[in-house]
Amino acid sequence: MTKKPNEMTIVEAARALRARELTVRELWDACAEAAEAKNPELNAYLEIFDSDERAIEAAQVRIDTEKESAPLLCGIPLALKDNILLEGKVASAASKMLEHYRATYDATVVQKSKEAGALFLGRTNMDEFALGGSTENSAFGVTKNPHDISRVAGGTSGGSAAAVAAHMCIAALGTDTGGSVRNPASFCGVVGLKPTYGAVSRSGIIAAVSSFDQVGPLAKTVEDARILFNALRGQDDMDSTTIPDGLYAKKKEVRTVGVPTHLFAGALDADMLEHFTTTVEGLGLKVKEIELPSAKPALAAYYIINFAEVSTNLARFDGMRYGHAARGETLLDDYVLSRTEGFGPETRRRILLGTFVLSSGYIDAYYKKAVAAREALTREFDEAFQEVDIIATPTMPTPAFTIEAKADPLAMYLEDAFTVLANLTGMPALSVPMGMVERGGKKLPVGIHFTAPHQAEEVLFTTGQAVENSR
Amino acid sequence: MATVEEVKKLAALARIKIGEEELGKFTSEFDAILAYVGQLEKLDLPQGRGGEKPTLRNVMREDGEPHATGAYTQKLVEQFPARQGDALSVKQILSHD
Repeated sequence: MTKKPNEMTIVEAARALRARELTVRELWDACAEAAEAKNPELNAYLEIFDSDERAIEAAQVRIDTEKESAPLLCGIPLALKDNILLEGKVASAASKMLEHYRATYDATVVQKSKEAGALFLGRTNMDEFALGGSTENSAFGVTKNPHDISRVAGGTSGGSAAAVAAHMCIAALGTDTGGSVRNPASFCGVVGLKPTYGAVSRSGIIAAVSSFDQVGPLAKTVEDARILFNALRGQDDMDSTTIPDGLYAKKKEVRTVGVPTHLFAGALDADMLEHFTTTVEGLGLKVKEIELPSAKPALAAYYIINFAEVSTNLARFDGMRYGHAARGETLLDDYVLSRTEGFGPETRRRILLGTFVLSSGYIDAYYKKAVAAREALTREFDEAFQEVDIIATPTMPTPAFTIEAKADPLAMYLEDAFTVLANLTGMPALSVPMGMVERGGKKLPVGIHFTAPHQAEEVLFTTGQAVENSR
Repeated sequence: MATVEEVKKLAALARIKIGEEELGKFTSEFDAILAYVGQLEKLDLPQGRGGEKPTLRNVMREDGEPHATGAYTQKLVEQFPARQGDALSVKQILSHD
């Protein structure tokens, strides 16, 4: 049985397009039809775009003329997270604050995708302003997990992950602040990469936590994630935090995998640990036990920094120049009403917590302590990488949970224990499916998580492909 | 720990209004979250160790290569909630009474 075009990977679709077994138009239609058919149930997309005839035609011409030398992304329909600007389209960050905001320019990642000939199917659902871990904080309804619609798709890039998993696109872009690409990748059974901090430009990304945010691909295979990463990466004049190639020493082959087992006690379901252990053993690498003493308190540090930067980044939304603009008696009323009506509960909660941890009486006890903890953690990772080439944990402590199961905000935060480490250290990390576990009679995917030193994404891809090949 | 008054004060600083019905819930959630992140306070960490290579650095560039005047004006003014021509209309901030 042959695959439907929308079920293909980037590699498969690129091959079929070049072999003339498939036209760009047919590929687009297959993805768009699947997106339209499944979206009422899953709510992965906030908007499915009309087809851009000129872009489809141009991609076809390019494949016909450039053939093998055309970029692999040429003619490939991608989904875009709703916090990535695509000129002329709404970019709302799933917030009422930006419900009607239209992007005035292209994000650098969009520009690069366009230059490679990629097409955009629509904008995907997310937690409001990328704050959450389940896409339940979207102002426009939760995204449901394609494997079990009573469960969340993860977050904050839940819409992108669900769209890839349900073949409503070929691949997607998300953003990762504390696991927002890797968490939904694990819950939906797809591959998700959080690149090295500074590897991919954030020009045109709606900021959440500027010292953590990175754009990352969600894809059906590790090879597809690599293709997207290589198309998007690179230093950018429009983002001064982007880094040049070779800033960090190049990593060679992978021989030893480090496992911080001390982090798993009491945190993992038994079948999660079993899958993890089997997968690590199947890599054929030397396995070494490592200690990361700062990793447990790191989650607290992560949230302090998250609150602090969210409260400052979202201070720009005041109802004056763009976004939700409510009007009251005085100018102060205008600000307060716009912000109160525009932001959802979790966003307001984090802004207030950020205001607290940065206030003069508490900044030493909270924010400065968190920054010191972050530095200590980074040193521990650096030291660990003297002895091992890659570090493995499960991506999430659990498979996807049921909708509203984590109504307590703190319970939701604790889900991020493994993923936040890579955002705190700025190191790249990859989630790859490692198998299925059963919950409530449904089989649910779970991911394994690898972290490598700065700029060692290739090490992640090699190891991720070893996981794919062993399954 | 957090009191309703403190939460109200933070809300005022952040230019956000928390309704009376929400205040109790927010305050108890604050307590739980601050108790959790407060574990860092007890942690013994080296602060501000001197002499290390900084991991963060400023990146500056020379001013120059401006875009053409007005190139983005129309796109930007279209987002204004209220305007007069290309100017953004806001409330009067000084009163005369």
